[in-house]
Amino acid sequence: MVTKKITVALAGNPNVGKTTIFNAITGARQHVGNWPGVTVEKKIGIRNYKDFEIEVVDLPGTYSLTAYSIDEIVARDYIIEERPDVVVQIVDATNLERNLYLTTQMMELGSKVVIALNMSDLAEQKGDIIFKEKMEEFLEIPVVKTVGSKSIGIDRLLDEIIKEAVKGPHHEHEIGYGNKAEKKINELENIINNDNVLSKKYPLRWLSVKLLEGDENILQKIEGSSIAGQVKKLLETADLEDYEAVMADKRYDSINAMLPQMCLRCVKKLTVSDMIDRVFTNKYLGLPIFLAFMWGAFELTFTMATPFMDLIDIVFGWVAGFVAEKIEIQWLASLIADGIIGGVGSVLIFVPNIFILFFLLSILEGSGYLARAAFIMDKLMYSIGLQGKSFIPMLMGFGCSVPAIMATRTIEDEKDRLITILVTPFMSCGARLPVYVLLAGTFFGKDAGSVIFAIYVLGILAAIISAKLFRNTILKGDPAPFIMELPPYRIPTLKASAIHMWDKGSMYLKKAGTIILFGVIFVWLLASLPWGVEYGSKDSFVGVIGHILEPLVAPLGFDWQIAVALIFGFIAKEIVVGSLGVLYGVGEDEEALSTSLIDEPSIYALNALGLMVFTLLYMPCVATIGVIRKESGSWKWTVFAIVYSTVFAWIMAFTIFQAGTYLGYGI
Amino acid sequence: MFEVLPLIMMPEGVEGKVVEIRAGKGLLRRLTEMGFTENSVVKILSTNRGSLIVTINNCKYALGKGMAMKIMVKRDL
Repeated sequence: MVTKKITVALAGNPNVGKTTIFNAITGARQHVGNWPGVTVEKKIGIRNYKDFEIEVVDLPGTYSLTAYSIDEIVARDYIIEERPDVVVQIVDATNLERNLYLTTQMMELGSKVVIALNMSDLAEQKGDIIFKEKMEEFLEIPVVKTVGSKSIGIDRLLDEIIKEAVKGPHHEHEIGYGNKAEKKINELENIINNDNVLSKKYPLRWLSVKLLEGDENILQKIEGSSIAGQVKKLLETADLEDYEAVMADKRYDSINAMLPQMCLRCVKKLTVSDMIDRVFTNKYLGLPIFLAFMWGAFELTFTMATPFMDLIDIVFGWVAGFVAEKIEIQWLASLIADGIIGGVGSVLIFVPNIFILFFLLSILEGSGYLARAAFIMDKLMYSIGLQGKSFIPMLMGFGCSVPAIMATRTIEDEKDRLITILVTPFMSCGARLPVYVLLAGTFFGKDAGSVIFAIYVLGILAAIISAKLFRNTILKGDPAPFIMELPPYRIPTLKASAIHMWDKGSMYLKKAGTIILFGVIFVWLLASLPWGVEYGSKDSFVGVIGHILEPLVAPLGFDWQIAVALIFGFIAKEIVVGSLGVLYGVGEDEEALSTSLIDEPSIYALNALGLMVFTLLYMPCVATIGVIRKESGSWKWTVFAIVYSTVFAWIMAFTIFQAGTYLGYGI
Repeated sequence: MFEVLPLIMMPEGVEGKVVEIRAGKGLLRRLTEMGFTENSVVKILSTNRGSLIVTINNCKYALGKGMAMKIMVKRDL
């Protein structure tokens, strides 16, 4: 009887029991030499089994098949150049995930692989339950459970090796690397295909993947071939560093997608902080918990602020009344009572809201939770084309867009940064809150908290959609791989939170004291001039401007007063409220404004919602535009930001108003 | 006895020392800034789907698995 020869290569991570398996298969029939040209030990053994002579080559233990070490190159070159009939990968059953990384690379090499699931006894003792059949199903690779030290499973392993060796070509399991990488891989494959030598010698896809990873060893291999120039030209345009990381991530993604089905993981011991992290950063729980915290913060803000708001309300009402009574000159009394006290009052009334919101955010930050929130968001951020670092500016955007956009300086990647700058103004800043508080409070009653929350979520969605859009059109590319510090959990101190609150809140106060003051005086002047017109009537300057713009905003259900308020909102968005107060001629306190808005037939729940959405999205305030210009260093992007956001706002408000009217939510 | 392996391959909870970072200039600088320097003691706390959480110099970091492939760590056996 003729014995058939089979060559088998043993591969695997170091310390997985490769040598014990090797010994168990070959017994004493082995000899030791060196791999050609290097000092890496080469062990070859022979085993006669059934009617086959099996030559077993023990490859150096490696974690992957990149070209980082000589061991890896030796192992890889052997598989690729010598083409053994079967590669047996010894997998440490107690640590499936990292072992499977090598498996994915073996599969890419196009070799016939058999997995020896070694130390499966230890894994079972540890409590891991591995479903062999599932592994075979997902990997399309035969799996044999072995215990090398006790020679368990060796014969079955040999049976599988023979079965694979005599089998015809097998289906190759591919890992998808995502559109961008796949496109490059495809281009490379097409180029390499033109070279007869290379395309015969190496698996096409593997060669392309390695080239894209910037593998030096492979680059050397194609050196001097007919297509070397073309390949280099293509690779020059790509950031290989990023591709390598992205592709490694994808391999893990595919392993992680299979892993839970292949193995019931044992329970691991955890510290309290780690346990908290397990929950807070959990794949499924993380995001809902984060949203619950945010929603809770906004609800709490709204509830806690009410008594303070009532107090400010009373004070301003009294002061305005006092001034109107004491000042004899009528226009001056009107300027001070209607303009200044009215306008500033309707802005200051929201100070409690803003301070409480900042206080709660400070507590979350101080506790260490915000970094986890950024971590939770990273996967999401990545999927929308941004990186984890972009999350911090966007989160700060809830406070004020100006410092938020300045904070984008920490983002190194130019495109990542520009996209973050462009979308950050969609995060609803503190200045926009008064507008929602007034409108939601007036028209949505006890649902106000939920409506405001929804507006904030809409802002986030707008940012996401826009980022994705920019990433796929004008700013193509992949976000940089991420790394981020997670500070230890701490109980936040009252003092630190209070200081933080004051820092952020006082910025708002300063604005209310300066820009907004001038803003409301400006509004008052425009509403009172030319001399003699009825205050804020259609004959005044604002009336004229508003009427000119009315056709533009009419499809959104806005009248000319709203148009005017929105123009003034350009100075600072909170002025929208102040202007509405001035324009409807009530001004001084929220309650009066609220009542007058209810009585006002031209504004009602549906277009109030539209107005909130428009205020959220339309062009950033003048201070933000200034900082966008400064940070982007370009008027082109600044103008783009203004036009894009305003058009976006118009479309959203239009959709809400028209759909709402159609559904019968109109007047 | 020791072995050198990519950080990602370290078992959870075992300490190792950073020996090398196989990254380009930008990434190298970033990692160095965060304390991933030679001989720093690093430990994997947990592996999630997309990323892992490690401690280094008593700081906790979350990092992508691609990134963790580039950090070479020495561990005693």
